[in-house]
Amino acid sequence: MKIAESWLREWVNPDLDTEALAHRLTMAGHEVDDLAIAGAGLDGVVVAEVLAVARHPDADRLSVCTVSDGGADPIEVVCGAPNVVKGMKSPLAKPGVKLPNGIKLRKTKIRGVVSNGMLCSAVELGLGEESDGIIALPDDAPVGQELAEYLRLPDAVIDLDLTPNRGDCFSVMGLARDVSALTGAEFQEPNFTPVAPTIDDTHEVVLELPEGCPSFAGQVIRNINTAAQSPLWMVEKLRRAGLRAIHPVVDVTNYVMLELGQPLHAYDLNLVRGAIRPRLAREGEKVTLLDEKEVELNEDTLVISDDSGPIGIAGIMGGLSTAVSDTTTDVFFEGAFWPQDFIAGRARSYGLHTDASLRFERGVDPAGQARAVDRASSLLLQICGGDAGPLVLTTAEEFLPLRNTIRLRRERIRNLLGVEIADRTIVDILQRLGLVASEKDDGWDVVAPSHRFDIEIEVDLIEEIARIYGYDEIPEATAIAATPLELVTESLIELEQAAATLVARDYQEVITYSFIDADANKHLTGVDPTLVLSNPISSEMSVMRASLWPGMLTAVASNAARQQDRIRLFEIGKSFHGSLDAHDEVVRIAGVVMGSALPEQWGSNNQPVDFYDIKSDVSALLQLACDAAQIEYVATEHVALQPGQAAEIVRNGEPVGVIGKLHPRHLKPFELRRDVFVFELDAAAALASATPKAHPVSKFPSIRRDIAVVVSDRISAAELVETVASSAPDLISSVRIFDIYKGPGIEAGLKSVALGLILQETSRTLTDVDADAAMTAAVQLLQNKFAAELRD
Amino acid sequence: MRALSELVDSAASAIDAASDLAALDAVRVAYLGKKGELTARLKSLSELPAAERPAAGQEINKAKQKLQASINARREALNAAALEAKLAGDAVDVTLPGRGASIGGRHPVSRAMARIDKIFRNAGFGIRSGPEIEDDFHNFTALNFPQNHPARALHDTFFFPGGKLLRTHTSPVQIRSMVEEGVPIRIIAPGRVYRCDSDQTHTPMFHQVEGLVVDRGISLANLKAVLHQFVESYFERDAELRFRASYFPFTEPSAEVDILWEKGKWLEILGCGMVHPNVLEAAGVDSEEFTGYAFGMGVERLAMLRYGVADLRTFFENDLRFLRQFR
Repeated sequence: MKIAESWLREWVNPDLDTEALAHRLTMAGHEVDDLAIAGAGLDGVVVAEVLAVARHPDADRLSVCTVSDGGADPIEVVCGAPNVVKGMKSPLAKPGVKLPNGIKLRKTKIRGVVSNGMLCSAVELGLGEESDGIIALPDDAPVGQELAEYLRLPDAVIDLDLTPNRGDCFSVMGLARDVSALTGAEFQEPNFTPVAPTIDDTHEVVLELPEGCPSFAGQVIRNINTAAQSPLWMVEKLRRAGLRAIHPVVDVTNYVMLELGQPLHAYDLNLVRGAIRPRLAREGEKVTLLDEKEVELNEDTLVISDDSGPIGIAGIMGGLSTAVSDTTTDVFFEGAFWPQDFIAGRARSYGLHTDASLRFERGVDPAGQARAVDRASSLLLQICGGDAGPLVLTTAEEFLPLRNTIRLRRERIRNLLGVEIADRTIVDILQRLGLVASEKDDGWDVVAPSHRFDIEIEVDLIEEIARIYGYDEIPEATAIAATPLELVTESLIELEQAAATLVARDYQEVITYSFIDADANKHLTGVDPTLVLSNPISSEMSVMRASLWPGMLTAVASNAARQQDRIRLFEIGKSFHGSLDAHDEVVRIAGVVMGSALPEQWGSNNQPVDFYDIKSDVSALLQLACDAAQIEYVATEHVALQPGQAAEIVRNGEPVGVIGKLHPRHLKPFELRRDVFVFELDAAAALASATPKAHPVSKFPSIRRDIAVVVSDRISAAELVETVASSAPDLISSVRIFDIYKGPGIEAGLKSVALGLILQETSRTLTDVDADAAMTAAVQLLQNKFAAELRD
Repeated sequence: MRALSELVDSAASAIDAASDLAALDAVRVAYLGKKGELTARLKSLSELPAAERPAAGQEINKAKQKLQASINARREALNAAALEAKLAGDAVDVTLPGRGASIGGRHPVSRAMARIDKIFRNAGFGIRSGPEIEDDFHNFTALNFPQNHPARALHDTFFFPGGKLLRTHTSPVQIRSMVEEGVPIRIIAPGRVYRCDSDQTHTPMFHQVEGLVVDRGISLANLKAVLHQFVESYFERDAELRFRASYFPFTEPSAEVDILWEKGKWLEILGCGMVHPNVLEAAGVDSEEFTGYAFGMGVERLAMLRYGVADLRTFFENDLRFLRQFR
């Protein structure tokens, strides 16, 4: 909400400068977003009177005006404004004066006539965004007075970011009340004299749905002057609040809304058909609103209807069919109380957001309708004349919100705020806020005034006390924790440690979006999307990812496009699976690698990364949690991966992840040209860790024996190792493959595998005889199982 | 026959002249070997009169010892020189880079988050998490945002068909944790959150850390203390904070916290407040017996301040040239 400081100070005038006032508001929860200075730089611009207007001899559109600035001699100026007339008062800038737009006035000749100054428009003075002529000041503006002084400029426009709970502050009056409470400065309520009706005309209002409209103030004004214009002071106040003057009737309703916080609506009475009836919209009903758009109404929407049907949406926007226009002579003012529950969310559902809906959604004073309508009528009569009928307030008392009594306990204040506040300070704060407090044993019984409808329970009062008392005044006190120690589990390797391991292995962490492109998700997971956003930012961010790869590949692509040729990324984040009724969120650790295995360097050849490079990274990660023997890599097929270079990672029989080479067909969509290797692990399954159990270490020396066998190329390394190990499980403590050979000397389709065995006993030193026997058994088994041939 | 002294002199110069171990050994054999000159002298002692023998023998032995010591010294010198020559050939260029892989790095947001986690863990807070696809109850209703409450409009929410949504804050973890483990409770909940908003200062996904402490006698003074201590620990310096009154449906009183930054500017860093009784009751906690505080901080914001990042969006562009600065 934007509000002029000068207007606020009409209601409350604390002894604080603009900055200090803004600070006080900010600290009290009314955050000042911006302080703009309106009407600065008007020094030397004065109120002048146009004494005579003559046609310029050489230009049809110019006039030569004789004006008075209160000095002894009249001044002659050339003026191009169409609205200049004899007798009008207007701002005058004489030679030497610098205007807010930076132009310095000089005595000039315009088409042969000397101009000794300029009569100014609102745009020229920085007082408006558009204008159709020079400013017409009120007739009683004192000639010769500085314009800034006359208009009370410069003025600060305070732009407040009001919180949703303080609907009562959405007006000059409401904010002034809070400023009074905050500063102790007196709240000076202007004296409004009620309008005395001069005619008997009223308009019938029927509260068809009293719970939706428990209070409706209405007043008829007839025979207004259709040519009247809103006065400058009103236009200026509206302008500083960010509203444009439109029509005196509309301006008056806007003005009263800004002043008192009660949104009003004005009907062209002659266009209303029969009684006005607030009710809920019926199925299929439509209404064309003031913005000339037709909307189809939902049945949860309050409307104002007449015999023709809906003529406006309650509390949001009026209808076009009964709108006031330049020809309107008879007006009916509506000041209604629409309860929050009937308004909240409705404007949004129609894509609307109006000053009225903003206020009704946050709540207005349920007792403020009559006063606001009276104020509007009074202002309209001042501007446009006319005859007022009596103000009629129609209410359904039983549906008006009740003010309940709230018990405020001394001890509760102290417990919640952690500070002892003296009784008299508390009572003073309550009084300043307009709350009525009566003392009880343990505190006070408090009743809030109708405009503080946000105060409903004890803690609402405690918050108010803290706010006025000042958060700064509350001391800091370290709490003593009564909570027990957290369980520190060893059964899961922490993600931090997994991240540190990958970082140590030259991976850079990235964070990619959880929502991705539907096609990319489908292509890389093979799963149809089930978790699709209704309102995504874009189609590329519309589906919850079932894999971290698509987002990471996008990151690889954008880095490749930036001349990065060695890219090694990891991400830890959730993937999303299943249906909306029962979805799963799985924390995953994924890696995507492209480029050379090692950084380009003098000491190593520049070999591209391959399957075994990332397998080593994945194995290192898994071995944080378990022994290598628990992990199997099982050749598999995967929609994202190249056949023959894809494996499922299985731990104790359970799949925990996938590793492989990205299928070349997936490179193109990401505009990648080089091989990419990827892995993805389910963090919980992969990192679950058994507590280590210590075994005694053998005191006896071990024996190493090597063998080389020729087997079919189809026999996997894992099979060979497992078979050898199983030949004498108590004796063979480890088996490793130290060479694989294919080529001359070995028949096609076969390979030579060199195995190194470490033999050890925990109870004695092994002899060569023991070792020979074990080797014979191992070779025998390989021969039987794989038709292996021993190679010399 | 040469005088003994002459013999010793010529032997000494031969030792000095020996340029390698082989030459040195030849000198040794020539003088001290079985057929060496000095050995021959010893053998010829018997030819001397018995009275002269002891003195002559003593002299020859002295000469022999002297020569042996010279040979040993020369051998050591030659060995040392040989080793030195060999090592000189093994010299490396110590300025060449080391072999193998280099090191990767964490994302700055993770780095900041890990830091925040650590600070609170050290203070005895537990770490909790919750689902990112949430229901309306946990994200809004239980946090005292009634249906159609205007505060909901401040959360630009991503919805799924049927009403589920992406959590707009980490606050639902408050409810889930209190329901699951009861009170007293002392936790933080870091994680991803989502708002349907994308411009220079908003990304549709970002990170928050939620904090919740509920116990008997927890007060606003405790909240002020913990946040002040947190901020000073996070920034590793003294910090001036101000608590500005604000509004969140799930806390009351509520405050926004600003830190005094460079050039006397106050920068907003987090939101906090005393847990609203409706929230405690929604989680099955007796709001008369227990009170608590909660806070929520934007990790990106804290990372930006800590590491001098000017543009929020760079966190999600994943440009390696940017990310490598934070290893």
